[in-house]
Formats: sequence, structure tokens, C-alpha cells
Amino acid sequence: MRNVVAIAQKELKSYFASPIAYIVIGVFALLFGYFYITILAYFVRQSMTMGQFGGAPSMNVNQQMIRPLIQNFLILLLFMLPAITMRTYSEEKRSGTIELLLTSPITDFQIVLGKFFGALALYSIMIGVSLIHILLLFVYGKPEWKPIATAYLGLVLMGGCFISVGVFISTLTKNQVVSYMLTFAVFLFLWIINWIGSFAGPTIDSLTQYLSIVDHFDDFGKGVIDTTHLIYYLSVITFGLFLTAKSVDSERWRG
Amino acid sequence: MIEVQHLTKRYGRVTAVDDVSFRVERGEILGFLGPNGAGKTTTMRILTGYMPATEGRAIVAGFDVFEQPIEAKRRTGYLPETPPLYPDMTVREYLEFVAKVKGVLPADRAARVRTVMERVHVADMADRLCAKLSKGYRQRVGLAQALIHNPDVLILDEPTAGLDPKQIIETRELIKQLAGDHTIILSTHILPEVSQTCQRVVIINRGRVVAVDTPDNLTARLRGSETMYVQVEGAGADGRARLAAVPGVTRVVESDRRDGVVGYEVESARGQDVRRELARAVVTSGWGLLELRPMRMSLEEIFLELTTEEAPEPAPEPGGTVYA
Repeated sequence: MRNVVAIAQKELKSYFASPIAYIVIGVFALLFGYFYITILAYFVRQSMTMGQFGGAPSMNVNQQMIRPLIQNFLILLLFMLPAITMRTYSEEKRSGTIELLLTSPITDFQIVLGKFFGALALYSIMIGVSLIHILLLFVYGKPEWKPIATAYLGLVLMGGCFISVGVFISTLTKNQVVSYMLTFAVFLFLWIINWIGSFAGPTIDSLTQYLSIVDHFDDFGKGVIDTTHLIYYLSVITFGLFLTAKSVDSERWRG
Repeated sequence: MIEVQHLTKRYGRVTAVDDVSFRVERGEILGFLGPNGAGKTTTMRILTGYMPATEGRAIVAGFDVFEQPIEAKRRTGYLPETPPLYPDMTVREYLEFVAKVKGVLPADRAARVRTVMERVHVADMADRLCAKLSKGYRQRVGLAQALIHNPDVLILDEPTAGLDPKQIIETRELIKQLAGDHTIILSTHILPEVSQTCQRVVIINRGRVVAVDTPDNLTARLRGSETMYVQVEGAGADGRARLAAVPGVTRVVESDRRDGVVGYEVESARGQDVRRELARAVVTSGWGLLELRPMRMSLEEIFLELTTEEAPEPAPEPGGTVYA
């Protein structure tokens, strides 16, 4: 455990020692801010229209403001997360520091976990920025906090899935650009895998629906914690970390 | 302290290390000498637990590196060919991180980092980023990293490569000071380096151990003698003495023995052909002569490929091979 924390701290520190953390968080804050403003403007106009007709039930901030906001947010993950994971192993392999880690008295899996939690920590800081916007809504409106909490839980889990897959891909190459592109392609594919479903018959449809990472997010966005989705996310994370550990191990054998 | 038994490493069809065995005693400095691509780095990587061997065993500080890797690694310090530094950390941050993953207790960490930085003379660079260090300092921080958890065994892969002459001398002095407390294996392809720092040398070529001896003996053997390999059947305990009595023979070593078949390495003064006399001695002793061949080539060949002179900055010749 101590070793995992040591590696995770080192990872997080190195994000902030390089431009990556600032670029990722900065770009995210900018784009999220833009989404926020446009959706807020739309929301305000809608409520004014409703108000003019009078008597209509007041609009729901959770339904009409926060949910679409988080839907847009998901698109951002597609671009931002590969930038977070692309260097995890690639950089260590390129600079030779992987030799230090692999000859230290720690297990491969502790290194994998350390890297995973390091990336997850940066990602959590990144989505933490968006909470500032959400909290502002509490000042002027009365959103329910529970669906927000579940949505953020879902975001962390979904990000965790992408991170574990991204860390695995970074073990495959020394080149960060290759790592980014492959990760992006795999993320995108996992995103749209269910598109084929409606043309390919019911079995494949339900299979691809199940595999699609984003579909499992819907319930979290609505404020529902369904164990199906929880288990799905946790198993994808575990599987990704398992692949990573195996990949590092096979690298050792091949030399 | 270190025991390597029949170590073999194959990458696909390429055999990088082939049946290597040797021992290193506590407090000793063992030189690992061989031309580039001889299998030095691979052997060291196996010893440090970086990669597993295809066959064979390696025991470091009493622990098998495959069976109990964590225990073995806890007692091993390793400086790879390129020092594994994180460019975005300062020297102090880096050493603190290494201390953490090497299992130095939190209470001792700051003191260990300070001691090690003083020991390798990098204390004045403590707050400088690793990316900004010169080659000499990088190498020293690499050494500091290997020493941080006060390991029993130090494995140094080409510790003087790429340093200037003054730094080379400093580094060698430092390594000599470290022996005694630590058991050291260092690899090099520079012949004088071995004679200056090491007590014993393992010469390795194309993955095989060619000779194990003290630097002085090796040099003497190389300069002034030729070696024959004689394999006989039916030799008794006096076999060595009988061969040594052959006129012209200076030294006989029994190199292998199984099922009544004994192999000897017979040395004689250079330019003196003792084959006839050897054959006669074998026959008159009533043994069966199975093999008689000159051995000198292998060792000489390797020495031709080694760098025998100190040449820190060789002028690269087009088409020529540069080793330093």
C-alpha cells in the first residue's frame, strides 16, 4: 500500500512538473465553461418563456441544466483522458526509468496500481474544477444534490475505465503520440460499439449495448446507482489493470 | 554473496547468455569484462530481477532472484547503463522517491538521502533538476540511487561510460571505497579499468564465460603463455602432477571431470609447442587421449575486441568500430 501511494504521488507530481496537468485542466476548464454558459443561457431563456405563459411548473435544474451539461462533459473525456494516460508507461520506457521501478522491491501490480491512481487523481482534480460551476447553481437555484453526487460517482468510474485501458495501451509503446492515438481510437470504439447493434440482430445488439461504456453512465446521470453498472465499471477497470500487469510482465520475458 | 548457476537467456532463437556460472564473495569487486554485445547487460538485468532467465538460477544475498524477488531486490542496488533519472525531479526529490520505493523507513529517509549525496559528492546539486545535470553528475546521482537503501550487493553496468578522465578516476576510487561494505559487480569493456578496480574478473564473450581469474593472472597468461585443452580417460588423482611434469609446461588446471573423463587446461610458454610431449605423457601413463586442442584463440580473440587502452575520446573513424 505504501508503495502504491509512493508511485501515485510521484505520478501526480510529474503531471504538475510537466505542462500536461496545466494544459489538461486549463483546456477542460475553458471548454466546460463554454458548455456551461451556453446551456445556462438556453435554460434561462426557456424558463422565461415558460414564465410568460404562466402557471407552468417551474423547470427542473437537474433535468434541464445539469444532465445535458454532463452529457457534453462525456465527449470531453474522449479527448482529455488519452492525454493523461499516454505517458504513464511510454515515458518510463523511453527514458529507461522503468529499470529503476522493475528492480525495486515492489511488485509489478503495485506499480500498475500506483500509475492508475496517479492518473485517476489528476482526472479527479480535473472534474473537480467543474464542480465549481455546479456549486454556483446552488447559490441561485435549488438543484437536488443526490443526482449530482451519483453523476460524479459515475464520472469517476467511467474515467477509471478509460484510464485503466489507457495505461495498458501506454505499456505497448515508447512513443507518446502512438500511445495517444491508439488510446483515442479504442475509447471512441468503446463509445460507439453499440451503433452496429440495431443492424446486427438482437444478440449482438444486447451484447454491444452491454459493452458500450457510455450506456452504463445513463443511470448514474439520473441519480440511480444500479449494481449492474457498478459491476460493469469495476470489472472493466480490473480487466484493464490486469492487462497492464500482464503486458509489463511479458515485456520482461521478451526483454 | 552472489551465486550464478547455469544461467541462460534466449530471446526467440538468439541466445544472449549461455550457461553462465560464477560466484562472488562478500566484499569483493568482480569485473565483468567483455566486448559490446557479449551478454553483460543481460546477465546483470537477470541478477537485478529486471528480467527472468530462460534457465538456471541466480542467488543474490541468499535469496533466489526468481523465487523471492522482493527480498533479493531489497538487498541489491543497480545502476543501469543509462542512469534512470526523472528529468522533472530535483536530485533530492528523486533520491527521496527512490528511498521510498526501495523501502527505506520514513524516519531514516532524510538522513539516508543526505549521507548518500555526500558520499557521491552531489550535495551541491541537491536542488537542481535532474534534467539540468551534466553527464558526470547524472552518473553520480545514478550511483547514489543504487546506494540509497544500503544494499549488500551493488550491480553497476558500465559505471564509467561517457565520463571524462578525471571523473573516471573519481568514480573508480569511489567504487573501491564502497567494496568491503558492499559486494560489487561492475561491467566494462575497458581492460585497464578491470585491473585498476577489480579483484577478480569474469570474461564473457558471445554469452559464454571464457575465463575467471584475477586481473594480474589473466594479463600474465595472455601475454606470456599458450593454453592447451587436454581431455583424457582414466586419469587418477596424480593426473595433474604428471602433466605438470612435462617439460615446457608452466601450469595445469583441472577444468572439468565427469565419469572418469577429465579435462585439463595446460599452459606453456609462448612459442613452445608441447603437444607431442603431452600426448606422449598421456599414452605412457596408460590413459586414453580423447581430445587435445589449443585454447588460446578464444581468449585472445576477445581481447582483440576489448579496449585495451584508456581512450576517453576516441576519434571516430568512418567504418571503424569505436568502443569507448
